[in-house]
Amino acid sequence: MLSAVLRRARRLALLMVLLAAWWYVSEHVLDRSTRTLLPPPQVVVRAAWELMRSGELWRQLHDSLMRELVAFSWACLSIPVGIAMGWWKAVEEQVDPVVEMLRPVPPLAWIPLSILWFGIGNTQNEFIIFLGCFFPILINTVAGVKGVEPNLVRAARCLGAGVWQILWRIVLRAALPQIVTGVRVGLGVGWMALVAAELVGANSGLGFLINDSRTILRTDYVIVGMATIGVVGFALDRIIREAVRRLMPWSQALNK
Amino acid sequence: MSIVTVESLRKLYPGHGPHDEAVLALDEVSFGVADCEFCSILGHSGCGKTTLLMMMAGFEAPSGGRILVDGRPVGRPTWRRSVVFQEYALFPWMTVEKNIAFGLEMKRIPREAQRGIVAHNVELVGLQGFEHRYPHQLSGGMKQRVSIARALAVDPEVLLMDEPFAALDAQNRSRMQEEMGRILASNDPRVRKTMVLVTHSIEEAILLSDHVVVLTRRPGRVKAQIRVELPRPRRETDPDFVALKQRIRDLIHDEFEPER
Repeated sequence: MLSAVLRRARRLALLMVLLAAWWYVSEHVLDRSTRTLLPPPQVVVRAAWELMRSGELWRQLHDSLMRELVAFSWACLSIPVGIAMGWWKAVEEQVDPVVEMLRPVPPLAWIPLSILWFGIGNTQNEFIIFLGCFFPILINTVAGVKGVEPNLVRAARCLGAGVWQILWRIVLRAALPQIVTGVRVGLGVGWMALVAAELVGANSGLGFLINDSRTILRTDYVIVGMATIGVVGFALDRIIREAVRRLMPWSQALNK
Repeated sequence: MSIVTVESLRKLYPGHGPHDEAVLALDEVSFGVADCEFCSILGHSGCGKTTLLMMMAGFEAPSGGRILVDGRPVGRPTWRRSVVFQEYALFPWMTVEKNIAFGLEMKRIPREAQRGIVAHNVELVGLQGFEHRYPHQLSGGMKQRVSIARALAVDPEVLLMDEPFAALDAQNRSRMQEEMGRILASNDPRVRKTMVLVTHSIEEAILLSDHVVVLTRRPGRVKAQIRVELPRPRRETDPDFVALKQRIRDLIHDEFEPER
């Protein structure tokens, strides 16, 4: 029992050392003026508490998550598009060059143009996140559809399924594990793009919180914002993985 | 319940370049399967026997010749010719019950009736109590039972089986062969069907068939056709069984020895 606790604690040793080093540098190496650039951990924790109690953190987090959600919903259009590309060669031939043209352009490169198109606010942010989500989901969906075991499709055909039934009942399900991988990557990329979009083109959200705090030199708030982004990004990924484990218990067997 | 006729069937896979030559998989294959007959297509791997079965199902088109079922050429795949695949091809996201019901759903059979048909087929292959399991929770033998039940549930005219027991371990294989023999011996009209089995096992062919078509190595041609008239259930230790096995083995050796 105790040894198990110790073993777990040992894995956190380096983290503890780094935190201690941070505290030491901030308290004992930096002088009063440079300390504002790297406040010690306890100050950051206090700042986090303040932001949580005042509701500020939740407000900004809510705005960011809503943007991610809206953009992600639109990005799910890539699933039917990807299925069509994976299934019909003619569709892939036409759509693939377009995708290959657009995909290498990082979502962040769209920020200036998107500000001109949509102005500052939700739509512009959502557009950037949408771009971040769309391509990973699309690419994985196409690969998933192409990787569907051919005999599953044959089995369905000889049991009397038509093409739409095959796409809906067989191909979509068989490709689902890989589509979910795309969703995980897409949400991650979207989340990163979101923060970048908010840094320059928003009046709310975690990216805005960070940038706004910078202008008033509240580095403690900046760090709280950064940490929140990290924790939420991690949590999103975990939630999906857990959902997959519960809702698609068969998918592990499929992937082996 | 159908007559299958294969007439001068050819299958040529075109090559795609100097290092990828065209392959003639089947050449001038002709034979017939009578109504409610169990026919085995016997041959070594690579003789095109699976290709032949896939063409009978309608998944691939012949390069020459034709396949007739009750006088009509085979077109698209349909439940009238259902297939049991070597690696089962069960839908991993469906339970045993849902897998078996899939074809019934596609046939738009009312839910009430589906339940009865599923239950009957579950019982036929001895899977009572496993209806709500997922394929990954089943052993290989059980998966193949589900696959057979799923193919039989749609009440096909012809049941096509592609090395259905090849992926099983030896013990499970002989058990499944025995059970298949038992299912065939039953007089249930829902089981009395024209059946075509592709296999490389001489024992399996004799154990189950009324009629064995022996194919040559690539390109596959009909080497011989043998009627098996041993009484059922058959035993591998029966002297007639052993004699027939030796006869077929000699036939196959004739064919394969010079190539080694």
